[in-house]
Amino acid sequence: MRNKYHISRRNFLAGTSATAIGLTLMPFSLGANDQDQLNFYNWDDYIGEDTLSDFASITGVKTNIDFFADNDELFSKLREGNPGYDIIVPSDIYVEKMTKAGMLDRIDQDKISNMGNIDVNFLNPIFDPNRDYSMPYMWGTIGIGYNKKQLRNTPDSWSHIYDSEIYSGNISLLSEATDVIACALKYLGYSANTKSTKEYKEAEELLIAQKKHIKVFAEDNGQDLLASGDVLMAQEYNGDIAQVMLEDDNISYIVPKEGSIIWEDCLCIPKDAPHKENAHKFIDFILRADIGAELADYIQYATPNKAAKDLMDDEYKSNPAIFPADETVKLCENMLYQGEEVSRMIQDTWTRILAS
Amino acid sequence: MSYGQKVNIIDIDYNWTLINYARATDGVYFFTLFKSVIISFITTFLCLLIATPVAFYISFSSVRIKSILLVSILLPLWTNLLIRTYSLIALLRTKGHVNNALENLWESANYFLNLFRLANHNLIGESFTPLSLMHNNFSVILGLVYIYVPFMIIPIYLVLEKIDRNILEASYDLGANHKVTFFKIIMPNISVGIISGIILVFIPCLGSFIIPELLGGADSQMIGNIIERQFKSANDWPFGSALSFILIYITIIILGVRYVYSKLYSRLNQKGVS
Repeated sequence: MRNKYHISRRNFLAGTSATAIGLTLMPFSLGANDQDQLNFYNWDDYIGEDTLSDFASITGVKTNIDFFADNDELFSKLREGNPGYDIIVPSDIYVEKMTKAGMLDRIDQDKISNMGNIDVNFLNPIFDPNRDYSMPYMWGTIGIGYNKKQLRNTPDSWSHIYDSEIYSGNISLLSEATDVIACALKYLGYSANTKSTKEYKEAEELLIAQKKHIKVFAEDNGQDLLASGDVLMAQEYNGDIAQVMLEDDNISYIVPKEGSIIWEDCLCIPKDAPHKENAHKFIDFILRADIGAELADYIQYATPNKAAKDLMDDEYKSNPAIFPADETVKLCENMLYQGEEVSRMIQDTWTRILAS
Repeated sequence: MSYGQKVNIIDIDYNWTLINYARATDGVYFFTLFKSVIISFITTFLCLLIATPVAFYISFSSVRIKSILLVSILLPLWTNLLIRTYSLIALLRTKGHVNNALENLWESANYFLNLFRLANHNLIGESFTPLSLMHNNFSVILGLVYIYVPFMIIPIYLVLEKIDRNILEASYDLGANHKVTFFKIIMPNISVGIISGIILVFIPCLGSFIIPELLGGADSQMIGNIIERQFKSANDWPFGSALSFILIYITIIILGVRYVYSKLYSRLNQKGVS
């Protein structure tokens, strides 16, 4: 009896690991020589429900999708060479970094017939002039998610979470060094993309002084802390707060008046992509007005596709968690890659803040 | 890699530089390492305190109960570490199960006080304030103890099993009481298990990063978190490698101490016999 159990268990384990290996290797090893495929590396839950099947029925190209959790994961996976992806979705600063590291291929704009649908404001971004390497997918902001019911006034300034002890112990900040420090710089009236050591020092002192009032530097779960009542104000990405706003009417989102960080996720083609033709077809397909509207409707993020936005209803267009006021957007900045020295300074500053 | 140097975003120049190790001597890293050692030390001590009686209880219970207890200790290990940590979050957060239970207790206590017209005296506070159990160093240590205590119980249990029960009976027959038997007979025999347990708990604690990240607050950075950041957002693999190697060196030193100890121990034992 005992013996039998042992054998079957071992067989079971061998079986599962074999399937596991098969699952990870199969799509891309097969896909490499099959021309009707596209290997798409995307954030989880970041594409419409029918988008990929529509794409297949129109072009005959079957899409294999694989997910990453953050830009660092994407970057690490492609750092030592492209494992076989055709389309990736890095954020702005990573587009710049990967372009500089030679990890992306140029997009042939002649093949993107729907490029005219893109809002003109997105055609010449600071991180990728002329859109040589990337096409915009979705954009958004970093701001403050807050509990309307329990706060006395709207946290319309970064001072509420960066320089105030009124809600001591009920504040969560993001845990990404660049984001937290960039917003501190905005509060202090500097550019988020400064290279000045003195300004970083000021931001560091501000954060060290404020740290005792901060409950946690949340690892991408500020919205949950807010929803569960652990904190009253959470610095977060708008999309995350928008999710919990759907479930809880007491939660709202605001971009502080000092301005904030604008992020933009882009469609890019990595170097050595096996199906470059299909990748171009896919980008063109995503930029169609109807498909863009379907995407925006499902994901509930701000679309850079003007033609698609025009097709959307007012509820979407007037949602403050999706589209902040135009005056606020003007004060916001895209994050830029500042070179290794500044990156290291930011990381060292962050380590000191956490250790203090 | 720890002897290399970053030249641009992805390229590393392997030139046998010591610059990464020099950077690691900076006060911040030393402080964090020291703090990690203290936290791991407290965790290990608490694990030892909990594991020893548990191991004794298991070892001296009947065969049936023994297997049930062993399974109940080993079963949680089959679940992913992340899931076990999230279950702690559900327990500990402001509106988590522990605070809910306490609030219920408070309300029923208040109800009884009302019955006896004592509520106005504020005997148990005016209203219930939830305890902040999460996002501090307490929750980090609690999480570490919860995750690693099985690794202390099992080795102690195993050495206890190996002790011949006749020896214990002989000890009682020869007039020794419980205390003398424990210190003279059991302790020397289980010390090997305790030391294995300490190593099995202390070393993974020192390098842990998920638990402080999920359960910790603004003040709970451990050396594992700094290392993780070097490989992810900081994108500085050489420096991350240098920090990991420092941890490995510390581990080797601990294992070395253990080796010397076990040598000394067996030599002492031989002397005692002859």
